[in-house]
Amino acid sequence: MKRFSIGRLTLPAYSFLAMAFMLIPIVYTIVFSFNDSKQRTNTQWQGFTLDKWLGVCNKQEVCSALGNSIFIGVVSTLIATILGTALAIGLVRYKFKAKALVNLALFLPMATPEVVLGAGLAGLFFNAGVGAGMPTVIIAHVVFCLSFVVVTVKARVQTLDPVLEEAGRDLYANPSQVFWKITFPLLLPGIISAALLSFSLSFDDFIITYFNSGSVETFPKYVYVAAARGVPAEANVIASAVFLAAILIVLATQINGAFKRKRLAKK
Amino acid sequence: MAFAAFGSGSAKEHKSPTKSSRIVLALLMPGLVYLGLFFFTPLFSLVVTSLEAPAASGGIGEYEYGFQWQNYVEVVTTYMPQILRSFLYASIATIIALLVSYPLAYFIGVKLRTRPMLQRLMLVLVIAPFFISFLLRTIAWKQIFSDGGALMQFAYSTGLMDKSQHFLGTDAAVIFGLTYNFIPFMTLPLFTTLERFDVRLLEAGSDLYANPAAVFRKITLPLSMPGIISGTLLVFIPIAGDYVNAGQNFLGSSKTSMIGTIVDTEFLQTQNYPIASALSVMLMAVIVALVSLYVRSSGTEDLL
Amino acid sequence: MAIDFKPSGADLELKNVRKDFPGFTALQDMDLHIPAGEFFALLGPSGCGKTTTLRIVAGLEEPTAGQVLIGGKDVTASKPHERPVNTVFQSYALFPHMTILENVAFGLRQRKIEDPLKKAMDALNLVELGYAAERRPQQLSGGQQQRVALARALVNRPALLLLDEPLGALDLKLRRQMQIELKAIQMEVGLTFLHVTHDQEEAMDMADTVAVMNKGHIEQMGAPEALYERPKTAFVSKFLGQSNLFVGKVADSSASSLSIEVGGHKITVPKDRAEKQTGKICIGVRPEKTTFHRTNPKLGSDHVVVGPGEIIDIRFTGVSNQYLIDIPNVGEVTVFAQNVGISPVIELGEQVWVSWKVEHSFGLSDLPAGNEDE
Repeated sequence: MKRFSIGRLTLPAYSFLAMAFMLIPIVYTIVFSFNDSKQRTNTQWQGFTLDKWLGVCNKQEVCSALGNSIFIGVVSTLIATILGTALAIGLVRYKFKAKALVNLALFLPMATPEVVLGAGLAGLFFNAGVGAGMPTVIIAHVVFCLSFVVVTVKARVQTLDPVLEEAGRDLYANPSQVFWKITFPLLLPGIISAALLSFSLSFDDFIITYFNSGSVETFPKYVYVAAARGVPAEANVIASAVFLAAILIVLATQINGAFKRKRLAKK
Repeated sequence: MAFAAFGSGSAKEHKSPTKSSRIVLALLMPGLVYLGLFFFTPLFSLVVTSLEAPAASGGIGEYEYGFQWQNYVEVVTTYMPQILRSFLYASIATIIALLVSYPLAYFIGVKLRTRPMLQRLMLVLVIAPFFISFLLRTIAWKQIFSDGGALMQFAYSTGLMDKSQHFLGTDAAVIFGLTYNFIPFMTLPLFTTLERFDVRLLEAGSDLYANPAAVFRKITLPLSMPGIISGTLLVFIPIAGDYVNAGQNFLGSSKTSMIGTIVDTEFLQTQNYPIASALSVMLMAVIVALVSLYVRSSGTEDLL
Repeated sequence: MAIDFKPSGADLELKNVRKDFPGFTALQDMDLHIPAGEFFALLGPSGCGKTTTLRIVAGLEEPTAGQVLIGGKDVTASKPHERPVNTVFQSYALFPHMTILENVAFGLRQRKIEDPLKKAMDALNLVELGYAAERRPQQLSGGQQQRVALARALVNRPALLLLDEPLGALDLKLRRQMQIELKAIQMEVGLTFLHVTHDQEEAMDMADTVAVMNKGHIEQMGAPEALYERPKTAFVSKFLGQSNLFVGKVADSSASSLSIEVGGHKITVPKDRAEKQTGKICIGVRPEKTTFHRTNPKLGSDHVVVGPGEIIDIRFTGVSNQYLIDIPNVGEVTVFAQNVGISPVIELGEQVWVSWKVEHSFGLSDLPAGNEDE
């Protein structure tokens, strides 16, 4: 009686294969962080070792580049998140004539190739006589993170019912209490995802950084330059550690969210 | 999920009353001023620089304004191959990414609705590549495809490829790398659109005599357009400006240089700022034109 | 595969249809025959299997076992798009990316029928929405969307039209209006309608035949009046309207009637209205068939009298007053009294007797939950 069709299995099988394909270089990078490579290069498998993990900062340049990347990521995320959250609230909650124009102004940075923004900013700093360094990198990173923060927080603001704020006012809260006790906690999940997104964009950026960092070394920049001679296994260690930490955070929040949904669905 | 917000279209929107314009200004101004200073000014500065001529003093990297529109002529005549190659790579990679992503996004967004745990897990796996350096991922592919690697050895031993042939450094290798690196940017907006897709419309379609192919063509596909548009833009634009995958230390060779390669060389090495700027302005102009064309023909006003 | 269309409705037959879902059985060996041209309602609470039945007929769900025949032809293995059946979905499922007119023309275009737009326009005019042809579904109200969904299904002249709680989302007033329109359209086009609903008034008002479903099977089937006047199971007596039910062992039996004893009262039912005639049985009566008295009315054997009891609740609902009377050793009895003229001056706590004519009693085939044989 069952209409059996091979089609029912094709889609799941394809999807799992596609996922596996996407994960190949990740697995490769992690595996080679355990490679006991004696030379600079890390291309041939030479046996398992934990040495590179345990002594990752023996390669001093790698560790200091990582430190810079984290610093740049945190500072630019902080600035982008504050500016972007304000923009998102303003765009959803208020009516004004130039809204379409503001939306366009926020979309354009996302539609600008990195090389254009990188060269443009570098030219501006050059013309203004500002030397490239940590401040210029951070300024540049905020530009491309900002729009992504706005998009992410905006989605959250749109699902927020203004009646909740009216109810807060009705219950004797003044405007700042309404914001900190009602609006902000409800927006927090969106703000956190926006910040995580912003950090990962900043942390992994190469092209814009390359144009605007001068002598400041970041992790991607280190890898790019090292690629000419061969990337040491220590770089794989850093990338793998960052990956595992990020995936654990995301998995934890996602699984927690799925559990909550399930519990709600059962009620 | 943060990345879900890449998609266009908005969830349930609540109408809100108009409030005092002072608050709006306070909320919007800091961000807009920032963008004005560090996004629009650089773009404008690029246009100005692109029209500069070498300074009379004649030092390397010294230029002065001179409405030197010939810079554009020079750029087009000299770098036509790179310009064409960039847009060709971007087009092919975007199409492949769409073909690869659509079934995957459909599976996660529609078929896995009944299994929220698995759905979330798959979604995390889709964005997993974002969490590991894209340079290292590209280097991983380079090593997998290297002539001494198992894959190429297999191709050589079975006669699929001649020993004199290589995969690295070819157009195909660069397109492969570009496609791989940008697939998640296609999958996510498609997922956001398909996740909201009302499957009851499929039942209505088949109830109204449409066979599965017709249901897909007339219902599923048109309703996926917002995701297809955002995905296409999010993949095409960065690829057109990318030059890492095409780099000689990565998957490309001297025969795969793209617009970005030239901008990098002219700006950072030759310090020929007007030429680098003219190329950037051209790239930006083509992309703005494409975006507005795309958006107008498909009618997606809400890009953000 | 070509679709064979009849100018008017075809009959539907389900033979031993069974549907298992992981963990539960939605339909238990269902047999059903709906004659051509009939307006048939499947009525039941949510989860009773009525929607599953409809989806099996539409081909959207495959039965675990059994056969579906439309116009005598076995369509069990046919896909939805191969069946001469159309559905008005509960959510309407209008295509948001098409105009109203294109929505209605969709099925015609799929079947490559000539002049799809003209026929679609005619169908829209039938539901009085011709003026909205170029609008999008989102621009219409719930009632208008419902009419578009109806036009989209009707325009195909299906052998069988399936209605999946299509009025569920409408407010009461619009609902009444749509019920009248639906019925009028059905009379006009002469199609077979299978209507699934949980609303008993809607089912009784529109359908020629109503089948009450419970836990995956049909409890009772028949004309609306018959179902109401003579429910055969405790479930039907409670789901269709309200009932006062009394349980007891058969104590007395004459040629034409039988009685049970409950708390010292004799409750009688005519034998031809009793499903079960021996042992422990349940006798019921509708609240509107009962009256109450301030003194013991001392009526003859053609009446049942219970009481005295105390009035413990009075509700004013407009057309009638509802009284809840607690009778010692019998239980609570509900009485509806028409609100004619000045309502009887009666207060909470007063002592009353309740009576009804024996011919209004009905005997059930089963016992209400909790009264199973010891």
